[in-house]
Amino acid sequence: MMDDRRVLTGKHFMNGDEACAEGALAAGCTFFGGYPITPSTEIAEHLARRMPEIGGVFIQMEDELGSMAAILGASAAGARSMTATSGPGLSLMMENLGLAVMLEIPCVVVDVQRGSPSTGLPTMPGQSDVMQARWGSHGDYEIVAYSPWSAQEMFDLTILAFNIADRYRSPVLILCDEVVGHMIERVVIPPKEQIDHWGRKRPKEPDNGRYEPFKVEDTDLVPPMVHAGEGYRVHFTGLTHDERGYPDMSAETHHQLVTRLVNKIRHNVDQIIRTEGYYLDDAQILVVAYGCTARSAQRAVREARQKGIQVGLLRLISLWPFPEVLVQELAEKVETIIVAEMNLGQMSREIQRATGHPVRGVFHAGGEMIPPETILEAIREAAA
Amino acid sequence: MTAVKVADEHPLDAIIRADRMPHIWCPGCGIGIVMRCYAQAILDSQVPVDQHVVISGIGCSGRVAGYMNIDSYHTTHGRAIPFALGIKLAKPELMTTVFSGDGDLAAIGGNHLIHAARRNVDINVICVNNFNYGMTGGQVGPTTPRGARGTTAPYGNPELPFNLPYLVSASGANFVARWTTIHVRQIREDILYAFTRPGFTFIEVLAPCPVGFGKSNNIEDGLEEMELYRQRCVLVRDGDVRGDDLNIDLREDKPIYVGRFADWDRPPYEPVTVEMK
Repeated sequence: MMDDRRVLTGKHFMNGDEACAEGALAAGCTFFGGYPITPSTEIAEHLARRMPEIGGVFIQMEDELGSMAAILGASAAGARSMTATSGPGLSLMMENLGLAVMLEIPCVVVDVQRGSPSTGLPTMPGQSDVMQARWGSHGDYEIVAYSPWSAQEMFDLTILAFNIADRYRSPVLILCDEVVGHMIERVVIPPKEQIDHWGRKRPKEPDNGRYEPFKVEDTDLVPPMVHAGEGYRVHFTGLTHDERGYPDMSAETHHQLVTRLVNKIRHNVDQIIRTEGYYLDDAQILVVAYGCTARSAQRAVREARQKGIQVGLLRLISLWPFPEVLVQELAEKVETIIVAEMNLGQMSREIQRATGHPVRGVFHAGGEMIPPETILEAIREAAA
Repeated sequence: MTAVKVADEHPLDAIIRADRMPHIWCPGCGIGIVMRCYAQAILDSQVPVDQHVVISGIGCSGRVAGYMNIDSYHTTHGRAIPFALGIKLAKPELMTTVFSGDGDLAAIGGNHLIHAARRNVDINVICVNNFNYGMTGGQVGPTTPRGARGTTAPYGNPELPFNLPYLVSASGANFVARWTTIHVRQIREDILYAFTRPGFTFIEVLAPCPVGFGKSNNIEDGLEEMELYRQRCVLVRDGDVRGDDLNIDLREDKPIYVGRFADWDRPPYEPVTVEMK
C-alpha cells in the first residue's frame, strides 16, 4: 500500500528538483536530511510531503553540517539516504563528505549550483562547484558526480547515483544547476519493476564479534557493508584504520587504505562513467559541455552542422570520475577543442590536463545560461 | 618489569575491546571511569547488547567508541549527535548513545547539541567535562572557568564558560543530570535511567584531566581533583539551582551542584507519518 506511493509510474510535468526527489523515492531512499537553500529547496519541500507517504524520514536539520552527518548515520543503519543543497551548503558538507569516503558509507548529495562564490546569485544558475565537488574535502580521494541536463535526467541519474553509491560504498553527487533544477519538463516514471536496484554488498552471518568489516576479498576492492544493530559489533572510525576497523597510526596502513579507497573508484571507472556523443564520427571540432550548458551546445552544434561545419558534441554526464581515455581519444581526432561551461574555466582545465592540447573556453561566471549563439560563434571562429 | 597476571577475566570483557588495550588516556584521567559506568549500564539494561550503538566525536572522550565492543562510530569533530540522530531515525529500535567530551559537544558541536535537545530526539548523550581540550594538550574550551589557565590562555581564560546542564535544560532536553567521577553508582544509575526515558537525555560528568587542565591550574593529580569533588559536591534534589550557581570553578571553594536538573515528559521527536487511502 505504502509501496504504491513510492514509484509514481506515469507521465508527469514537473521541475528538475521534484524529479530528483521522485528519483530518490523510486530508488528506495527512505531518509532525507537537509537544510533549505535556494535553488535546491523544492527537493526538500517535495520530500517533506512525500516521505511520510512512504513511511520514510524527512528531517530539516539545523545546518548542512548536521544534514550531512545525519544522512551518514542513517545510511550506516541501512537506509538509502540523501541530502540536497547549493554551493554554500556544499562547502559545509565537505567535512563529512570526507568521513563518508573514509567510512565507506554510501549516500547521495545533490548540489543545485547557483552563481558563486559566497552567497553569489542564489536564484540564478552556475556551474562553478565542479572543482570543489572533486577536491573540496581534504585529502586524497575519488568522487562520483553526475550532471543531468533535463528534468528526466534528474530522475534517472538520481536512481543511478543511489546504485553507484551502494555498489562502491561511496558518496555520489548530483551536480546540477539552477536551470535544470527549476525547468519544468515532461518526466516519465517507469513501472517499479523496471527501475534498477543494485543492493549493497552484504556480509555473511555475524561471527562472535570477530568480523573484519574492512577486509576486501573481491577484485572490485569494495568490502561488504555491515549496518548498525546486526550483531557484528563493528567499529567505524575516520582515523586511519586496519581491516578490523581499528585505528592504526602507521604510514603503511595509511598508504594501503587511502590507495584502496582511491582505486575502488579508479579501477571501476568503466562501470561509473556516463557520456553522450553527437556528430562525433567525422568531427574536426569537438565541443565539450555538461548540464544546462550542453543544451545550448547541442543546438549550436546542430546549427553549425547545417552550415557544413564538421563539429561534434561530447556531453559529460559523469563529471567525476573524468572520462579521461575517451576525451584523449577524441582529442587525437580533432583539430580544436571547445569547452563551454558556466564558470571561468574548471572542466576545461581538466580537459587540457588530460589531452595536453590547448582548449578554447566559452566561459561565463554564471547567472544566465550561455546562449547557443555564443557557442556557435566560437565554433565558427574555430572553423575559420 | 615482570608481568603479573591479576585475573583470568574481567566482568566487562564481553563489552570492552580488550585487544585495543592499553587505552590512550593519561594517568589520573577520569574518562575510563565514565566508560566503565556506561559499559556496566549496558550490561544491566533491558536492551540486548547488540542493540546498543555508541557514537563519538573527536577528542579523548571520543575514543570511547573505539574501546566499546558494540557497534561503534567514531565520527567527525562535533558531529556525533547528528550522526546518531540519523542512526536512531533509520533504526528506532537501537539504543543510541553519544559519548563525547565538552569541547566536542559544546564548542564545535554546540549547535547540534542545542537543536537535538530542542527536537527532543530520542538519543542519550554522555558528556565528559574536563574543562579543557585534553587531546591537543590543554587548551581552554567552552567550559573552562574564567581566569583558569590553558596553553591558549597563558594569562588566564578571558571568557565565561557554559554551564551545560542549564544550557541543555533550557534547550528542551527531557532529562539532564550532572555527576562527577566519584559518583560511579549515580552515573551508572542515571545512564540506565536515561535508557528508559524517551527523548533527549544528557548526563554531564565532571572528570579530572591532570595532564591537560590540572597542571596549568595547580591541581596536582587526578586524586586531588577527585578529593575536590568529594569535598564540594552538593546534591540538588529538585533541580532548582539555576544560572550562575551551576558554574564550576575548581580553584574556588564553592559548591559544585550535582544531581538531576531536568526530568520532563515533553514529547520526543517522531518522524511525520500520514495515512494514505
